[in-house]
Amino acid sequence: MDYHSVSTFAQSYGLLYLFGLFIAVLVYALWPRNKEKFDKAAHIPLEED
Amino acid sequence: MNLLWLAFTIIGVLLGVMLSAKAVDPAMMLHGMVFSIAGVLSAFALIAKNYRNNSGPSLADANGNVNYNTEIVKAGVIASTFWGVAGFSVGLLIALQLAFPALNFDLPWTNFGRLRPLHTSAVIFAFGGNILIMTSFHVVQRTCRARLAGDIAPWFVFWGYQLFIVLAATGYLLGVTQSKEYAEPEWYVDIWLTLVWVVYLLVFLVTIWKRQEKHIYVANWFFLAFIVTIAMLHIVNNLSMPVSLAGVKSYSLFAGVQSALTQWWYGHNAVGFFLTAGFLGIMYYFIPKRVNRPVYSYRLSIIHFWSLIFLYIWAGPHHLHYTALPDWAQTLGMTFSIMLWMPSWGGMINGLMTLSGAWDKLRTDPVVRFLVTSVAFYGMSTFEGPLMSIKAVNALSHYTDWTIGHVHSGALGWVAYISFGALYFLTPVVWKRKSLYSDALVNLHFWISTVGILLYITAMWVSGILQGLMWRAYDAFGFLEYSFSETVEAMHPFYVIRAGGGALFLIGSLIMVYNLWRTVRGDVRAKEAGSLVPNMEFAGAR
Repeated sequence: MDYHSVSTFAQSYGLLYLFGLFIAVLVYALWPRNKEKFDKAAHIPLEED
Repeated sequence: MNLLWLAFTIIGVLLGVMLSAKAVDPAMMLHGMVFSIAGVLSAFALIAKNYRNNSGPSLADANGNVNYNTEIVKAGVIASTFWGVAGFSVGLLIALQLAFPALNFDLPWTNFGRLRPLHTSAVIFAFGGNILIMTSFHVVQRTCRARLAGDIAPWFVFWGYQLFIVLAATGYLLGVTQSKEYAEPEWYVDIWLTLVWVVYLLVFLVTIWKRQEKHIYVANWFFLAFIVTIAMLHIVNNLSMPVSLAGVKSYSLFAGVQSALTQWWYGHNAVGFFLTAGFLGIMYYFIPKRVNRPVYSYRLSIIHFWSLIFLYIWAGPHHLHYTALPDWAQTLGMTFSIMLWMPSWGGMINGLMTLSGAWDKLRTDPVVRFLVTSVAFYGMSTFEGPLMSIKAVNALSHYTDWTIGHVHSGALGWVAYISFGALYFLTPVVWKRKSLYSDALVNLHFWISTVGILLYITAMWVSGILQGLMWRAYDAFGFLEYSFSETVEAMHPFYVIRAGGGALFLIGSLIMVYNLWRTVRGDVRAKEAGSLVPNMEFAGAR
């Protein structure tokens, strides 16, 4: 495992992996059906006894 | 369970006595004693507790509400306030030492080199750390609607952490250091902190595990990222081999540029996860709570969280521009630092916009003023940081006072202000008071310390840029125009101004101490009795 192979791996699969994760987070956060759940979650601190 | 803890303290006492007796240096002798005294005191506390109440805490009170552990939060309020004032005082002293070197007193224990880590550790780990432990314990209980897990474990975290601070601080004064910035404590103190931190993680996780709320609120995500990442950073950066098991000295497993990179991977993520992610957890709970509105966008908070933690971890190499670190690694650090503009500003917008529709509170509630100004400082310093990580800018700014100014706009403006906001919010809540003693004093604290911060950071900008420009000035023959001592002389007036700013900040914190103390006593300032912002959680008691 030399420097060249590590950097090739990082520049291809590493990039795809991190970018893929970011897309997954975006999809999860913006998915229309999740909106209600998140709106409810946002009220958690305000609904204490 | 109590017996297990008792056995643990007895082992601690024996270990301390053994280390002290076999010590190969005076510092280990002293620290062994401190450790065994701490063990004796905890054994005593455990036995006393056993006689007082053997049944352990109930999870719910008489009305069926969750019986929150507020005692641990009270302890956190007291400890963080105490360490805050101590840390700010040492900061003022070393600022004065830079302006007037005679204040080093020609003693080894009081010279700048030893007091500087005392200041940084006191404000970051003692003040900031206690604030984080306290607020995370409060927030995780409230947002999970479950009592904090464990009976003795949270107290072990609290007192174990105080012991870590005492060992680290006394070590610095005696010259015990492994010379890694923000990771100065030696190997045995590091092992102790690791133990405390693992229990902290367990207490936090088990509380989340037992939650009655289905969703884990976003503030807990930030706290969890902070706890887990700090554990990882702390363990890796402190991998070292002690010279003797009864001596303080150790050698790092890393050497050369690998050591430097590991150190700044640690150092920058201490900023990213200790001073940012943890305090963002505070922002996501206390701002909505104080203005009584949900966070502006919960979706943005999710994107904020994941992009922040994935980007921050790569930014460390920007501390090593123009060093032996390979160029590509420097560029990588710079690129990720610049990308951090996005989540940082996303988070800032999310915090500020939570006030939309409630902006009048900025005028009527001085605690909101602290919280909102802290977010504004967060935006400013997270803009400045990436800017300074750009290699061309860094060529001018690195090793100058500009860096010190930048750090303090983040530390005083963001970290301390959001902490003050949380302290002012929590004190009436956990002591069950109707309101603070005085809102006018909060306002006074706010303005005095804001003027202090502004004096501090503007003095450091001028001094840092002046210093950087003088260092790189050449004369017609290609010789350096200024000697080093000429640059030091030029900075003197700004060092005096900076010390003035620090003094104002310290005075502000003393005003807070007075205000919180009167609040705890249950006093209300007569003049303001009718106009104080009420504690929303107040329910009947006193």
